[in-house]
Amino acid sequence: MNHHITLVVNGVVREASVPARRLLSDCLRHDLGLTGTHVGCEHGVCGACTVLLDGEPVRSCLTFAVTVDGREITTVEGLATGGELSPVQRAFAECHGLQCGFCTPGFLCTATAFLRDNPAPDDEEVLEAISGNLCRCTGYQNIIKAVHRAAEIQAEEAG
Amino acid sequence: MTSIQTEPRSGSRSGVGASVPRPDGTLKVTGEFAYSSDLWLDGMLWGATLRSPHPSAWIRSIDIGPALAMPGVFAVLTHEDVPGEKFYGLEHRDQPVLAVDQVRYQGEPVALVAADHPETARRAAAAIIVAYEPREAVVDPRRAAFDPSCPPVHPHGNLVRHQPVRVGDRFQAEVVVTGEYEVGMQDQAFLGPESGLAVPAEDGGVDLFIATQWLHVDQDQVAPCLGLPKEKVRLSLAGVGGAFGAREDLSMQIHASMLALRTGRPVKIVYGREESFFGHVHRHPAWMRYEHGATADGRLVYVRAEILLDGGAYCSTSRAVVGNAASLGVGPYEVDNVRIDAYGVYTNNPPCGAMRGFGAVQACYAYESQMDRLAEACGLSPVEIRIRNAVSQGSRLATGQVVDSPAPLAGMLRELAAMPLPGSTVTRRSITEPSSAKPSSAEPVPDLRSLPGGVSQTTHGEGVRRGVGYGVGIKNICFSEGFDDYSTARVRVELLGGEPHVLVHTAAAEVGQGLITVKAQIARTELGIDKVTVAPADTSVGSAGSSSASRQSYVTGGAVKAACEAVRERLDSLRAGDPELGLVELLERFGPVEETREYRHRPTFPMDPVTGQGDSHTQLALCVHRAVVDVDVELGLVKVVELAAVQDVGRILNPVALEGQIHGGTAQGLGLALMEEIQVRDGRVLNPSFTDYLIPTILDMPPMRLSILENPDPHAPYGLRGAGEPPTLSSTPAVAAAVRAATGLELPRVPIRPEDIALAAPS
Repeated sequence: MNHHITLVVNGVVREASVPARRLLSDCLRHDLGLTGTHVGCEHGVCGACTVLLDGEPVRSCLTFAVTVDGREITTVEGLATGGELSPVQRAFAECHGLQCGFCTPGFLCTATAFLRDNPAPDDEEVLEAISGNLCRCTGYQNIIKAVHRAAEIQAEEAG
Repeated sequence: MTSIQTEPRSGSRSGVGASVPRPDGTLKVTGEFAYSSDLWLDGMLWGATLRSPHPSAWIRSIDIGPALAMPGVFAVLTHEDVPGEKFYGLEHRDQPVLAVDQVRYQGEPVALVAADHPETARRAAAAIIVAYEPREAVVDPRRAAFDPSCPPVHPHGNLVRHQPVRVGDRFQAEVVVTGEYEVGMQDQAFLGPESGLAVPAEDGGVDLFIATQWLHVDQDQVAPCLGLPKEKVRLSLAGVGGAFGAREDLSMQIHASMLALRTGRPVKIVYGREESFFGHVHRHPAWMRYEHGATADGRLVYVRAEILLDGGAYCSTSRAVVGNAASLGVGPYEVDNVRIDAYGVYTNNPPCGAMRGFGAVQACYAYESQMDRLAEACGLSPVEIRIRNAVSQGSRLATGQVVDSPAPLAGMLRELAAMPLPGSTVTRRSITEPSSAKPSSAEPVPDLRSLPGGVSQTTHGEGVRRGVGYGVGIKNICFSEGFDDYSTARVRVELLGGEPHVLVHTAAAEVGQGLITVKAQIARTELGIDKVTVAPADTSVGSAGSSSASRQSYVTGGAVKAACEAVRERLDSLRAGDPELGLVELLERFGPVEETREYRHRPTFPMDPVTGQGDSHTQLALCVHRAVVDVDVELGLVKVVELAAVQDVGRILNPVALEGQIHGGTAQGLGLALMEEIQVRDGRVLNPSFTDYLIPTILDMPPMRLSILENPDPHAPYGLRGAGEPPTLSSTPAVAAAVRAATGLELPRVPIRPEDIALAAPS
């Protein structure tokens, strides 16, 4: 049996008819065609599938789509505004904070929420904030730089 | 004379040597970059694979009826449906497309399903009834290698390759140290699982969009199994979510193509994480016995070694892995008497093949552990013993090959040792107190997050000991042992919107390493034209060889350079009659200029099958690491505090991308030292998930201190030296040595597990 759900994804009202067991990650990727959200491990370890649910990072591979009916979801496709990359997106591209890029959408969503709540973090806070996301390519050094750089860009633009 | 527009312009703002951002960076941060798992065509079907639950069994029957009867199922295929050759393989075609009457490892593909939904496909695969008759599994590689009564995994026996190295005859010395070492089975653990889309074509062929490391070698294997000529099997590179060797062998390429040809519909296959652990080869686990003899003042007299590598059920690249382990088995040290025997064997364990470092990683852990033992026996520091025996330009390796480009190992070690050490783990503030509060005593307060155990707060500093360790590694760059190793590049200069524009087309796989950036940089430098587009990689241009062996900057970089030079020559000859003609006018008058070139590195030669002698490598690269660790000796928890590295890359093409390679390679070496192991019991994998197979997180990976040297290799384009693999070699023994220094334990096995420390008998 399918359930009719309505999600506000990246500011757009989207409807889907899904079985109760459909994961949010599959709903986004398959039902709504938003393949920017990646699935790396299917059980909440790697963080590649992280999206923002009402602004808070969640693992979309551990979330049933029917449980977020009516809620607001931001995926990597929704981070840029009006064709302008967000500070976090720009910083990751600038600082070489990605190689293969498969983990990147999850890092971007996690870092976006983190820097909103903590716009001027120190090193330890950055490490802790993104410790739930795995990257196999970069050894993380440039990801740390990118998060700090994103905070800088954010501050410059706010100032 | 060349014109100003087209002469090499090394100072180009975004040419060779500049930290140019990745051209795919924007697509990757917006979610628009299409990975192989993101591909979609209307009307496509989903493929699923039924795999063997047994490491070794006869197949008595397969009943596909229940699967075929399920609504939504379009095809169910077994080995009887393979249209052409039933076997494939990189070096030796011993691997069945689908199991033929028997299975040789847990996870071997047995049957395929295509259905209208991935869940339907998976359920249908599970509905296929296979009657297995399990038989004794060969799971002990030592028995496979040396016990004549061991059942053969393949009719031709269990020995894949035995490569000896024999030099000198003096195997006595004043100081002798011996050791037995073991390396667990590491997984590449790329984040983007195997996936691809096969589309049936009107000419009866297939178009395959695939994440791979080498399009043409896939094509060479896929086409015969489909019973098609190569030109009817066209491959295009889809977005690759990491590789590290795991995409060198085929995974779902033939399977998806078979289903697409059978159903006449596009078929997509995406592995889940668990299936991925069974869907690609791993790093060979190794068992190694070493004996080092030296003079009392620490100069190596001889090295004896036996290196046993478990290749698992199929050959894959085991032969070349054995060649690397043998030829580089003593490391970057001068030693006149060497007796090495390296073996690769078949067993019913998971198949092993390429992973970053490729045979050199396993040996490096053992010979570096030995160098530390030797240092202790001779009363020397770990750095000094290595400096005393270090190779340099002109040194002769155990294979007789002379190092004919700079190899400044002694200087690299001195530089590494002179780097400042990190302070003890104290903090600006404690996690348990507000940041404004002053510590109650004069003693510095440890930041519990930075201690072993981290936020678990398993210690407040008690039982924590610090250790420092060093590791040195030598890696061959490019393919060795006589392989015809080349790449092809097509470069076109034309006017687009009235401006000169370069199009670079190769079949080289961008797997994340950044080759796409480097190709464009080379074109800018060689042609002096800033607007460069790198065309998508596909098989409509000649082979680029594999994105492995740290070889693409060298070989495909060399091919792009050569094609650009040819374009420049053409432009010059067109301009001959009118030297004043500018580039734009030239292109307006004569149209686009396009040249294709192949580039080969210097030839290499096989190793003598008896003595191991031969110039088997074209380039050698060095990296050295220093690790600083804190170990909670009571709980066996390790926190790596810092990793420092010195690497000679010959010439830096892109500083920021290069640093990323060294960071990433170092992290994978750290993982092998401390946490990464596919645990196999009786031929079965116990931990095929990211919950149980651990890879380093940001909290495991410490800050790095890097020094990158540029001593050019005169034989290579721009003097460059391949850079991706060397750091993966040396970081593992450095971390292991640091943990030994902290604990006083022998720790002869990586990964070092908490119980190896906490439950070890007190020394």
